[in-house]
Formats: sequence, C-alpha cells, structure tokens
Amino acid sequence: MIFLTIGTHEPFDRLVKAVDEWCAVHPLGATVFGQITSPKADGYAPKNFEWISRLSPADYATRFAAADLIVSHAGMGSILTALHSGKPIVILPRRGHLRETRNDHQYTTAKMLGTRPGIHVALDEAALGGVMDQALADLGKPGGIRIPATADPQFTDALRSFLTGGSARRK
Amino acid sequence: MTRPTRVLAVASAGGHWVQLMRIRPAWKGLEVTYVTTDSGLRQTVLDLARADGEAEPGFRLITEANRWHKRKLIRQLFELVVVMARLRPDAVITTGAAPGYFALRLGRMFGARTVWIDSMANAEELSLSGQQARRYADLWLTQWDHLATPDGPQYLGSVL
Repeated sequence: MIFLTIGTHEPFDRLVKAVDEWCAVHPLGATVFGQITSPKADGYAPKNFEWISRLSPADYATRFAAADLIVSHAGMGSILTALHSGKPIVILPRRGHLRETRNDHQYTTAKMLGTRPGIHVALDEAALGGVMDQALADLGKPGGIRIPATADPQFTDALRSFLTGGSARRK
Repeated sequence: MTRPTRVLAVASAGGHWVQLMRIRPAWKGLEVTYVTTDSGLRQTVLDLARADGEAEPGFRLITEANRWHKRKLIRQLFELVVVMARLRPDAVITTGAAPGYFALRLGRMFGARTVWIDSMANAEELSLSGQQARRYADLWLTQWDHLATPDGPQYLGSVL
C-alpha cells in the first residue's frame, strides 16, 4: 500500500493530481490511500484512489504502519515519521512562487535531506511518477533507514538541564 | 521540600508536534502538560507515557489557528492564558508555531523559563514566529548549525 499525505494545513493539488495520474497508468500497481487536507470546492478530486480529508492521529498511525511507501509533501512531520517507521518516502516540495506555502522552505528541506537513504525527491510533478517507480523498485533492498524514536540524547540532555534550572551548553 | 519541575510542552498539531514528541526525554520524570490543537493527540501522549514508563501527563486542547485567522488566534491566546494561570509552569518549551509563540510570551509574564526550538523545516532562515519569539525565549534555538550566530539563535542539536 502507498500512503499519500499532504500535511495538516493546506491543500496541495499538484501532488494529488500527479499521484492520481500515476495510478491511472499503473492500474495493477500498488493501492494508494490518501489523506488530502482541506480540498477546496474547486480543488482536484482524485479519481483513481481512495482518500479522506482528515485522519485521526490513531488512524493516521495505522495507515502509516500499513504502508510500504509514503508519498508526501516535503514536511518535517511526514519525513521524520517515515524515517522513524523505517519506511521509504517520496517527497515533492511545495513551492513559494506557486503559493503552495509561504516560501520555499520545503524546497530547501528536499535539498538538505534528499540525500539520506530512504528519502526520494521529486523536485517537480513531472518527475514524481518516475521517482515513485524507482522507490517501489528499491523496496526490500538492504540498507537501514530507521532512526530512533527520540532525538540524540546529547540534545535532549542539554534541554533537560535548561528546563530544570541549569544552563544549556553544547558539549 | 522540592517538587518536580513543571513543564508546559507546546506545539500545534502536525510537523511541529512530531518534533516535540522527539525531544520528550528532556522532561522524563518531570511534571509535563502537553498543549496542542488536535484532541486525538491526548491518546497519543497517554500511550507514549505508558510505553516510556512515565506518569500520566497533563493534556490541554486549544483552538487551531494561524496568522491568517485573527479571531481564532485571539481565542487561542485566551485559552493559553487560562492554561498558564492554572498550571503556573516552571518552564515552557515549544517547537512552534503560533501557540508556541503565545505560550513563550505568556510564560515570560508568569515567570517561567522559556525555550523556543525553531522547526527543522526552516533550514534557510528562521521562521517568522521564531524571529518574533526571540525576545521572549531564554533559550532560542535553531536546528541548523549554519543558522546559528554569536547573537543567537544557538544550535544545540536537532530532532533528527
């Protein structure tokens, strides 16, 4: 199963449409399920896969766990959850000039994190299908991508020391 | 007699919340109350606390709002005033966005130590709320080494 998630706050028609088109040319390919936040009345409605506008945190976790591949905007929540779950993720960054978000921070995220194992970047919607095909072909290949459930203890220890009244210093 | 440090851990639902969950060892054994914008996350923190062997954390739901929804923002601010007055935390820590900014300002007024951790999503420049939070953050952090400067923000690590 492929789980499509476009984030908590804004629509992202460009990604939804590209995934829908991928489904149209892969009728026998993997099943897609999407969480498509706040679709506008005139927004793009997928024809080739099942979707819902908002999953509860528990249902989101269930869908995430059941997926072989995550397809997402380049949001940190999706990326961190994919890395922690050990699931490969395909990301398409929202762009500032297309008013998909305030600025190009997702583009920067894609550039900064796109070289990590398990993260596959499509810089635009034309590239998405090919990147999804490649990510699916890579499924099951060896190579650990899973990160621990929590941040580096050096970081959380520094925070803890500050919270409890000490000073936070970089070690 | 000493009591455990009371920590208010604040983030809007979504990516900010995912980042907040990744630093939860920072308040292990302390008295934490979570503040966020999705009621379903109450179960998430209860389950995590059980898995981590922690005491049951507090949980307060506030209105979801961003800078484009002024009326909701005012409501969110009011709800945070109530939370702050009731709980009187010793420390407030947040990964953003709007509710985190309000929580730091209010935390300051109520005498708490305040920590802003700018979202890892901001690798090119600090977020707007992160820039505004500067004046109210005792510890003002970026998660990207290259954004740290001698005058702040500091870099102490990242959630990844």
